[in-house]
Amino acid sequence: MIRVQLPYHLRNLAKCEAEIELEVNGPVTQRSVLDALEARFPVLRGTVRDHHTLQRRAYLRFFACEEDLSLLAIDDPLPDRVIAGEEPFIILGAIAGG
Amino acid sequence: MSQIRVLVGTKKGAFILTSDEKRQNWEVNGPLFGGLEIYHMKGSPVNPDRIYASQAGDWFGQVMHRSDDGGKTWETVGNEFTYEGEVGTHAWYDGTPHPWEFKRVWHLEPSPTDVDTVYAGVEDAAIFKSTDGGTTWKELPGLRNHGTGPQWQPGAGGMCLHTILLDPKDPDRIFVAISAAGAFRTDDGGKTWKPINKGLHSEYIPDPDAEVGHCVHRIALHPSSPDVLFMQKHWDVMRSDDAGDSWHEVSGNLPSDFGFVVDVHAHEPETVYVIPIKSDSEHYPPEGKLRVYRSRKGGNEWEALTEGLPQENCYHNILRDAMAVDTLDPCGVYFGTTGGQVYGSANAGDSWMAIVSDLPRVLSVEVQTIP
Repeated sequence: MIRVQLPYHLRNLAKCEAEIELEVNGPVTQRSVLDALEARFPVLRGTVRDHHTLQRRAYLRFFACEEDLSLLAIDDPLPDRVIAGEEPFIILGAIAGG
Repeated sequence: MSQIRVLVGTKKGAFILTSDEKRQNWEVNGPLFGGLEIYHMKGSPVNPDRIYASQAGDWFGQVMHRSDDGGKTWETVGNEFTYEGEVGTHAWYDGTPHPWEFKRVWHLEPSPTDVDTVYAGVEDAAIFKSTDGGTTWKELPGLRNHGTGPQWQPGAGGMCLHTILLDPKDPDRIFVAISAAGAFRTDDGGKTWKPINKGLHSEYIPDPDAEVGHCVHRIALHPSSPDVLFMQKHWDVMRSDDAGDSWHEVSGNLPSDFGFVVDVHAHEPETVYVIPIKSDSEHYPPEGKLRVYRSRKGGNEWEALTEGLPQENCYHNILRDAMAVDTLDPCGVYFGTTGGQVYGSANAGDSWMAIVSDLPRVLSVEVQTIP
């Protein structure tokens, strides 16, 4: 199982806990994890990435294993410890005021 | 006894203010969607418990919400807004071509006859329609593609379609307004559109009398006379007596004819309200005095309404979707400020009270009069 942590507003929207577990079939990549996330919580479609371009929203970042994975290609494999379920894939809102 | 429900969209959530028909004691519910930017909420005229809400922000993009119990509970509905056909370009701030990109829903306009039909005005400017309660959205592409689209240019707030007026006497006629393109009208239910900007004069565009390019901030009409339109343009308060085919200025004795809001009394088609703002460089009331101006003659002759409003040191703005009227008698008038106040008048503007004083920046105000 892949562990995913969601920011406050997305977990409210999805009505779920801060960390969830997802079953991901095939290679574990940003694309496949987000596909699984949106399949389980359809209300999150369009909130993390664009509906069509699949581009990550500019104010969101993807962290795992103390690394910023935001600029990783969406089909590159995620770190082994994420794939093994030892570390969460973290979706994080940018620290921006207002 | 009737109930009044004021729907307030703010920078940090939504608030619902309710009162009985005396409109003196108010209950404040909120924040709903706390911390999130609620651009606009509007209730269905068919079923006032059906309310649509647009949440839009930089972090999570566009999220649409719908309530069927007057705002007590909400469900998330469709947020996919895809332009029809070839997207094409409009003019960017620097004048270069720029592809249309969906950013947010500015305004929601529910149908007067079908609870599940609602229109959305979006940035980059286009109009969408849902006939399934907001679950799916389809563009009416005739507006964007009628010919002048490549010339449209964003104002400082973005290239937004912020006003949608559904003609109460002609279901095929819709008026929209776009910053900074102008006003447009369809007479065939949204298939074809034409600019309706003749008579507008804007010194900030190369040809001040151009067919498009005018920064219209708001238009309003009275249901009994939908061919009469009132407009608050970037500068100038304007009036049309022929459904927008031509306009003439009615700024008259206003202390400034810059502003954002304009609305019409619920029972007096010639009674109009605006809130003058000092200038486009100084987005606050002239002399630090918050004054609503009322004309009982359809423009030109305006009186200042000040009782209950701050008359010194007031430097808030009132954004374009932040004024509304109820349909009680006497008519109630409401507006919200960027300083977080929502003011209401239960006597057509003669006197005002702050219903709430310390909300986040108010983006929109709508009113429901519930029998």
